[in-house]
Amino acid sequence: MDGTLAVFNRAIVSYRRLWQASVFSSFILPVLFVLSIGIGVGGHISGVDGVSYLDWIVPGVLASTAFQMAVGESTFPVLGDFKWVRGYHAMRATPVRIADMISGYQLYIMFRVVIASVVFLGVSALFGAIHSPWVVFTPFVCALLGVAVSAPTSAFAATIENDSYFALLFRFLVIPSTLFAGVFFPVSQLPALLRPLAYASPLWHAVELCRAATLGVAPPWPVAAHLAYLLAWAGLGYLLALRAFRRRLSD
Amino acid sequence: MIHARGLVKRFGDFTAVDGIDLEVAPGEAFGFLGPNGAGKSSTMRMIGCVSTPTAGELRILGMDPVREGPAIRGRLGVCPQTDNLDPDLTVFENLTTYARYFGIPRAEGRRRAAELLEFVQLTEKSGSTVDPLSGGMKRRLSIARAMINEPDLVLLDEPTTGLDPQARHLLWERLFRLKQRGVTLVLTTHYMDEAEQLCDRLVVMDAGKIVAEGSPRHLIETYSTREVVELRFGDDAPATYVEKLAGIGERLDPLPDRLLLYSDDGDAAVNEVHRRGFTPSSVLVRRSTLEDVFLILTGRTLVD
Repeated sequence: MDGTLAVFNRAIVSYRRLWQASVFSSFILPVLFVLSIGIGVGGHISGVDGVSYLDWIVPGVLASTAFQMAVGESTFPVLGDFKWVRGYHAMRATPVRIADMISGYQLYIMFRVVIASVVFLGVSALFGAIHSPWVVFTPFVCALLGVAVSAPTSAFAATIENDSYFALLFRFLVIPSTLFAGVFFPVSQLPALLRPLAYASPLWHAVELCRAATLGVAPPWPVAAHLAYLLAWAGLGYLLALRAFRRRLSD
Repeated sequence: MIHARGLVKRFGDFTAVDGIDLEVAPGEAFGFLGPNGAGKSSTMRMIGCVSTPTAGELRILGMDPVREGPAIRGRLGVCPQTDNLDPDLTVFENLTTYARYFGIPRAEGRRRAAELLEFVQLTEKSGSTVDPLSGGMKRRLSIARAMINEPDLVLLDEPTTGLDPQARHLLWERLFRLKQRGVTLVLTTHYMDEAEQLCDRLVVMDAGKIVAEGSPRHLIETYSTREVVELRFGDDAPATYVEKLAGIGERLDPLPDRLLLYSDDGDAAVNEVHRRGFTPSSVLVRRSTLEDVFLILTGRTLVD
């Protein structure tokens, strides 16, 4: 536990030095999204599933912000700590265990995601887009989503040698997920053949849970099923990361 | 502190360390000397418990590095060959974040960080980020970081490679102070002068094996002569003089650019060269060094 907290501490100290760089993508961009699409586009349509488009899109943007942040923070920063900064090699020379390196960083991802979620929810509340006290659970859903995507992305980053693979990751997984996993329009509007792809994305499950919470309605699947799916990604991702880190740091 | 018997490290078909025996006692400054690829760093990584031995016996601080890695690492200080400082953090934060890896409480970490920065003469840079520091400063910071857990054994992998002479001398002086405090130092180097300056005892490694062992003075006395004469003959190939100068000194080693003549009395040897009617374009009589030992042992110069 000490080792995990020490790794978390290092990430926090770095963030304290560099947080200004992330303000735009973490806090301002999601709000601009809601303003331009929720209010701009929303002004031209009557709403989705009986709620205003702004109210409908806020939980989607909330979850997709967490999604992109968690993936992004697990690409270059993780590869960099293997290749350029060699921070993991520095930790490896100490009592810190490989599991601590991963757990500590996942703790940091949760921290970042929760902070960004709370700020975003605060702004959304000012626009009257929050309709249920269940909203207090959404930062936790976002934290779980964060780990569900950050852990496997860390495993991927620990496996590759060349950062150009990240472009493929974004082009073929992150951007399609953001566009088609129920953030901007209901998955039911996709052709039936493509819907399973949206269901496969952890983002969709988090979007539906967040939407159910901010609107005070039931999600399409049982809550436990959505959570279990996200937990499975988190657990499997963690094991993959453990394996990838071990391979990279031991001989 | 370190005990190894028949230690082997293989990477696939390549044998990096080929059955070495080691014994390092507390308070000693012990060196691994050898060219790149001799197996020094692989040995250091096994001692640092980040690489598993392929075969043989290894005990560090009386413990088994495979089963008790974290416990051993908690008592080691490691200064790696490639700096792995956090470039975005300040000098001070680099030490305090690293202290936490050893479970050192915050306040104690800050106290030790301040003390160590004083020791490596970086107090003025305390609030600066690491990126703009010179190579020598970064290396000193790495050494300070390696001391944060008050280690029993400090491992330094090529501590002065790539530093300018001034930075090297400052570093040597700091390492000498550590040694005086009774810290056990284990270092690798391919600089002869570094090994002579810092090491009480050293092993010469070549192609994964230990080819000689002893104090620098002992190695020089055993394998070389007291003095070495370096002769240059203008444009003539030094090798053509081997036969002509045969019998002078203990042995002759033709290098591409000069001829080395090993003799306990350099001046007498030079006189003999002149007496035979040869006039080298330049003559240098110097004391024998570890470089000569290495050349005699392996037939190659260390500079590769």
